[in-house]
Amino acid sequence: MSTHVGAAFASGPADAAGGLDPAARSGYADHPPRMGFFTDTSVCIGCKACEVACKEWNAVPEDGLELTGMSYDNTGSLSASTWRHVAFVEQISRPGEARWLMSSDVCKHCTEAGCLDVCPTGALMRTEFGTVVVQDDVCNGCGYCVSACPFGVIGRRETDGGAHKCTLCYDRIGDGLTPACAKACPTESIQFGPLDELRERAQARLDDLHEAGVDDARLYLNDPADGVGGAGAFFLLLDEPEVYGLPPDPVVTTRDLPRMWRHVAAAAGALAAAALLSGLGRRP
Amino acid sequence: MTATENRRHQARGEELMVPQAEFRSYYGLPVIKEPVWGVRDVAGYLFFGGLAGASSALAASAELSGRHELARVAKTAAAGAIGLSALALVHDLGRPARFHHMLRVFKPTSPMSVGSWLLTAYGPAAGVAAASAVTGLLPGVGRAATVAAAVTGPGVAAYTAALLADTAVPAWHDAHPELPYLFVSSAATAAGGLGLMLARTEQAAPARNLAMAGAAAEITVRSRMFQRLGPGAEPYQSGRAGRLLDAAEMLTVGGLTAAAIGGRNRVLAAVAGAALVASSALTRFGVFYAGRASARDPKYTITPQKDRIRAASPPRAQDLPAGRHGAGLSPLPPPRDRAQDHPGPQPENDQIDDHLPGDHQPGHVGGRGDVTEPDGGEHGDGEVQRVGVVHRLAEVAGRDAGQHEIRAGEQQQEQRDRDA
Repeated sequence: MSTHVGAAFASGPADAAGGLDPAARSGYADHPPRMGFFTDTSVCIGCKACEVACKEWNAVPEDGLELTGMSYDNTGSLSASTWRHVAFVEQISRPGEARWLMSSDVCKHCTEAGCLDVCPTGALMRTEFGTVVVQDDVCNGCGYCVSACPFGVIGRRETDGGAHKCTLCYDRIGDGLTPACAKACPTESIQFGPLDELRERAQARLDDLHEAGVDDARLYLNDPADGVGGAGAFFLLLDEPEVYGLPPDPVVTTRDLPRMWRHVAAAAGALAAAALLSGLGRRP
Repeated sequence: MTATENRRHQARGEELMVPQAEFRSYYGLPVIKEPVWGVRDVAGYLFFGGLAGASSALAASAELSGRHELARVAKTAAAGAIGLSALALVHDLGRPARFHHMLRVFKPTSPMSVGSWLLTAYGPAAGVAAASAVTGLLPGVGRAATVAAAVTGPGVAAYTAALLADTAVPAWHDAHPELPYLFVSSAATAAGGLGLMLARTEQAAPARNLAMAGAAAEITVRSRMFQRLGPGAEPYQSGRAGRLLDAAEMLTVGGLTAAAIGGRNRVLAAVAGAALVASSALTRFGVFYAGRASARDPKYTITPQKDRIRAASPPRAQDLPAGRHGAGLSPLPPPRDRAQDHPGPQPENDQIDDHLPGDHQPGHVGGRGDVTEPDGGEHGDGEVQRVGVVHRLAEVAGRDAGQHEIRAGEQQQEQRDRDA
């Protein structure tokens, strides 16, 4: 819990490299730089190559072939068997004015990861790259991570009962390769690299867009002072996050846990006292 | 829906299904995942775990005051209830054969981990206490187990509140300051109620006291919780959760009254006890369903977060509701050339940059090659033309994009309600 009540949050926004170092806090004394994704949705063309490449490389099973009927998004959402999800937003604002927003969503690999905090078996772990992965041979399918994720990323797979999500291609990046989705992205909407480099690049791109008059452009989850301590996978969006199905101001649930434990202790004490007192009075 | 759109909406005299629904969403889809926990297993465990924990505390109190029959009833109930709990918890796992993985680590950041260790200490103690009380064997061991179960039992009854609150589920998380007190009150109500039902009247005084204290506390905590939550209490007050919690409150009040006026009448005491046990179960199922409903509807995730943003900072130009939706019309500037920035050499990208201009030649497959062009010169206009028909249809229907999004959400919600 000490990881959540840090002075780091009181000191306000840290600079790109000054955020918390999740790998070091997890006990990696000597570790490679924190790696992540910068998804620049302003150049996403909705081709879904990332979804396909992810499924292929990670051997993620098929999870339904239905058409949603709402848009070109027939995937719907991230889940145990969908680790990249391309959202299609159609906006018609005024006569003659419309636009499409497309965005490839993924696990955020949060600095303060709710799924990792609540996992009771230790199946979810932090890697030396600062990413968060599920160890399938440890997970017992309790489903706690599913409810703890503020983004609705991780899910429990019906077929094997275990929790699954994006690994940021732990196997590939360990060998110096680019994750499958970023490799397959034809427009470099998905960029992979050391997180501090990605943050600089994202800021430059944002400045360019603002200069060109695209006032709606904003970065999402890039700030180490936000509710999840900044994410390993962050985004450049062209509208408010909720339009893409993302929470506008997510806060990791475990930040309130110390307070919850105090209330639990007080409540348990009250119950014990009430039970003890209930036996007082006239003896039979 | 933005504020401006909302005003326009009301000016036309239309009734909003959800008042002040000032939020936008992705086709009304949920932001977070609905809990995968089964209702019978986990809501059932909330009830049985609470019943067990409070019963163990009641048993110790009864034994201390020389009411051995009540103590035996409470110990037996505790052992039975915690046995059912263990079965339910293992059954709810996606991989039940790995239930023992719960004890690989101890993590205070995980209420489930803390709970697993608590149950590991409490369960056997409750079992031994009951076995000794029923058989009369090993009274010394039985007494020690009774004390151990009474010490850990209230923890078992209370920690389940943190188990639910330490999630992203809005109705559960936002209730975290009251949920532990609601849960121990409910546990006391159940344990006292069961004692009132099963023990002889001469012995039942501690059970009656505990049940009445629990019921009174439950009514108070619940109303304070709803008051503080304000609009956030809606998941608890509507739908299936609302019906269950309303019924629970009626049973609590009825049981409390019956226990107060006729607790010394054997029949009335049994009826009062049954009502209180039932009310506790309904409360747990109600809380469980409220969480599920709040996870399913993006409104409960998005609206409080938007309110938090608005409260924290004055609106910036980019946050204003009447944002420039036309931004897609003006060409987005191309990304800066990043070829040198890449961590490793990626010759493919250079090739793409080189051959892209060729894709503009007329007659190239479907003319779609330009879509992959990073500079987005003309294709922005192309997209507008393609969605032009959709727009005209929307115009005929008299709806703008924001309303369209909300309505899609409402319809999906209604559909889900019907399915449920």
